[in-house]
Amino acid sequence: MRSNAISLINNIGYPRLIIASFLLLLLIMAFVLEMDMPDLFSSVLIRTAMNGILVLAMVPSIKAGLGPNFALPIGIVCGLVGAVVSIEMGYQGFAGFFSALAIAIPLAILAGIIYGYLLNKVKGQEMTVGTYAGFSIASGMCIFWLLAPLYSPKMIWPYGGAGLRVTITLDGIFDKVLNNFLSFEIFGMWVPTGLILFWIICSLLVKMFARSKTGLAMQAAGSNPGFARSSGINVNQTRIIGNTISTVLGAIGILVYAQSYGFLQLYTAPLFMAFPAVAAILIGGASINKATITHVFIGTFLFQSLLVVAMPVTNLIIQGNMAEIARIIIGNGMILYALTRSVGSE
Amino acid sequence: MSVDLILEMKGIEKDYYGNKVLKGIDLKLGPGEVHAMIGENGAGKSTLMNILFGMPVIRKTGGFKGQILIDGNEVTINSPEEAMALGIGMVHQEFMLIPGFTLTENIKLNREITNPNLISKVLGQKLEGLNFNKMNQDARDALDSLGLAVDETKLISGLPVSYMQFVEIAREIDKKNIKVMVFDEPTAALTEEDAETLLVVMKKITDSGISILFISHRLDEVLKVADRITVIRDGEIVGQPNRQNTSVHELARLMVGRKVERVKKEVDQEEFLTRSEIMRIKNLRVEMPGEAVKGLDLTIKQGEILGIGGLAGQGKIGIANGIMGLYESTGEIYFQGQKIGLNSPTEALKQGLAFVSEDRRGVGLLLDESIERNIGLTAMQIQGKFLKQIARFKFINLEDHDILRKHALKMIENLDIRCTGPDQLTQRLSGGNQQKVCIARAITMNPELLFVSEPTRGIDVGAKKIVLDLLVRLNEERGMTIVITSSEMAELKMIADRIAIVYNGELEGILSPDASDVEFGLMMAGEYKNKEVS
Repeated sequence: MRSNAISLINNIGYPRLIIASFLLLLLIMAFVLEMDMPDLFSSVLIRTAMNGILVLAMVPSIKAGLGPNFALPIGIVCGLVGAVVSIEMGYQGFAGFFSALAIAIPLAILAGIIYGYLLNKVKGQEMTVGTYAGFSIASGMCIFWLLAPLYSPKMIWPYGGAGLRVTITLDGIFDKVLNNFLSFEIFGMWVPTGLILFWIICSLLVKMFARSKTGLAMQAAGSNPGFARSSGINVNQTRIIGNTISTVLGAIGILVYAQSYGFLQLYTAPLFMAFPAVAAILIGGASINKATITHVFIGTFLFQSLLVVAMPVTNLIIQGNMAEIARIIIGNGMILYALTRSVGSE
Repeated sequence: MSVDLILEMKGIEKDYYGNKVLKGIDLKLGPGEVHAMIGENGAGKSTLMNILFGMPVIRKTGGFKGQILIDGNEVTINSPEEAMALGIGMVHQEFMLIPGFTLTENIKLNREITNPNLISKVLGQKLEGLNFNKMNQDARDALDSLGLAVDETKLISGLPVSYMQFVEIAREIDKKNIKVMVFDEPTAALTEEDAETLLVVMKKITDSGISILFISHRLDEVLKVADRITVIRDGEIVGQPNRQNTSVHELARLMVGRKVERVKKEVDQEEFLTRSEIMRIKNLRVEMPGEAVKGLDLTIKQGEILGIGGLAGQGKIGIANGIMGLYESTGEIYFQGQKIGLNSPTEALKQGLAFVSEDRRGVGLLLDESIERNIGLTAMQIQGKFLKQIARFKFINLEDHDILRKHALKMIENLDIRCTGPDQLTQRLSGGNQQKVCIARAITMNPELLFVSEPTRGIDVGAKKIVLDLLVRLNEERGMTIVITSSEMAELKMIADRIAIVYNGELEGILSPDASDVEFGLMMAGEYKNKEVS
């Protein structure tokens, strides 16, 4: 009995277990405090699905042997450029969203390939280099946001001239186009069908890629470069492919995030977007060299719902912004924990 | 020789996880004596030395049985530090020197001569200053006693290899209490001339009363300097001749000799001669660290099992790795009459070559993938097997799991892979079953020519037999040509039609498996060509 219980705990993993129990505790407290439960649940759904693709971006890079993609801001700024150009051209609604994707994806592919070449020169240091590369790109892009030849009044400072605002509202552009698509209410809970569908479709595409010839070559190269080489696989090439897909998912992910959030956040906002995504997939049970779609779903759900539920509950009990503190402790703590162990759970 | 013994090892026994590697070794070393120890790789020489040095690996694996006596007193040696304190010194095969330090600093490392100063009087001995004059003088003395004229204040990094070896020795001599020095294949990295000098130095050392335990593969050197010789085979002493009444021949026979039962049927010699060539290797050079091939010529015949043997580090492992494009190589390879490109695994695999690597866990397997993926992945990438398309999208190649599963089940049955199913992770399999997965991966390619390196390394006796039987079956039933590289002569003799011996990166000669042990021993020690000339 006892050994069974221990092996069960080991299978689930302590972090997942602790966070899940904490989440359950918070939910019970929310219920006792008579909070609006359906509203809470629909927030959980939205937050999970809107962050899902950014977390999904970790899968190809981990599978390719690059570790979690700490350089996610590279993909994110590509997505943001796509969005601002699409707004400049005056597209709205789905046209706006998809034209943003159409501009962002080629940019992300290019950026992913170039950054992939860089990563091949720093094998074994991907995570550290990635963190700095992400920071540099996000900071470097601040200049672009200031100097970009974009003049749409929706984006520039109210007093005119050039230079984009820090936060651009998407109201009337493509605010919540996915969230509202086919959405419905059940038991007072609002379900963002389009958003969830889009996340699932992206996940299925990644899963399909993982079962393809190239995808399998990439995973082999990620898990054992020696084996891959002796099977005639070009390891450097598969690493670039993995990194490129991850960057593209980062670009798509930020657009999905932005349309749900209702705002585009420029300048320094992309700097710290990578850490919550890395933390989420690690909470889901991934390690720095093994990740699956299941890890993405479990991790994003646990991490995001914890944040959603913790904020109102703690604010009722304690003064101050506890949710933000919890996010930082759990997020960074989880990354640290994952770095100390090399094997993931199955 | 006086009866007083400096070092005596009595009835040393040692097993690793039930696998006996030393079965009662007795060793006696008198003062000023050179005692040589020879044996094949894996005979137990290193284990014996590890015991003498109190290496942690011995204690971690359950200690050993037997006694060690120094100057007639029984001692227990629990760490290398204790061994040094007892006067046992070691000259390593790989140089343990710090390139950025001077000769003196290397020689005196951790035994520095120090002067007390104000700070050290307050904060302790660790902070005393170095007395370079005295240290240089000591280093000079040690180097002089070896006849080495090099400046002791120079850096190690600029020195030729042979000098580094001498600095190692100087360091040991400088330890004043030294009684026994162990030379672990000291000449392996040296040129012939430097090796000669080293032998002279060894004589000088023994003249000063220090005894030497000399481990080597070079039989002629052993005969030049050793007073007595211990031959170890399979953890047992098979002979302890004196130098005067032995010969290179006898040593070679003692080193290799072992009864083997042949698994494979003998081939008809006349028919064998008429067989066509499947591969011709010309002047192959492979830059594989530690196993470099330096201009090898070899012809492989259609349908044979060719064994490649030789001692570790002589380049036998490099051959298959080079041909398969895993290490940088030059030369000409003709496969079925056609010249094939080097340095490209894809090219080699496409031509119909396949390889079971000696590095099972590093190259042979994806440890965190299923058995079926391991078996199928190479064939999928190279030959497009186990793939399916969605509708008419030619560019979407998805894994066809059903076909792969079917193939994997067939392989599991054919090769008798003991597992819970084709989706079990390979890291959970035993060594023997992992090896079978590696072979399954290679034969899924349907190769014309299969290279197998060290197929039985690290697997237990029962599994060894199964793997060897499997290779013979593949050869006899499918007519597959197999080139098997192995450090274990016995297994080559069991299954090979011909055995090629590699020495110093070149082909030393080719023997029939029923050739005498003397011939094998001579070839492995690189004495064969010399003998033919003389």
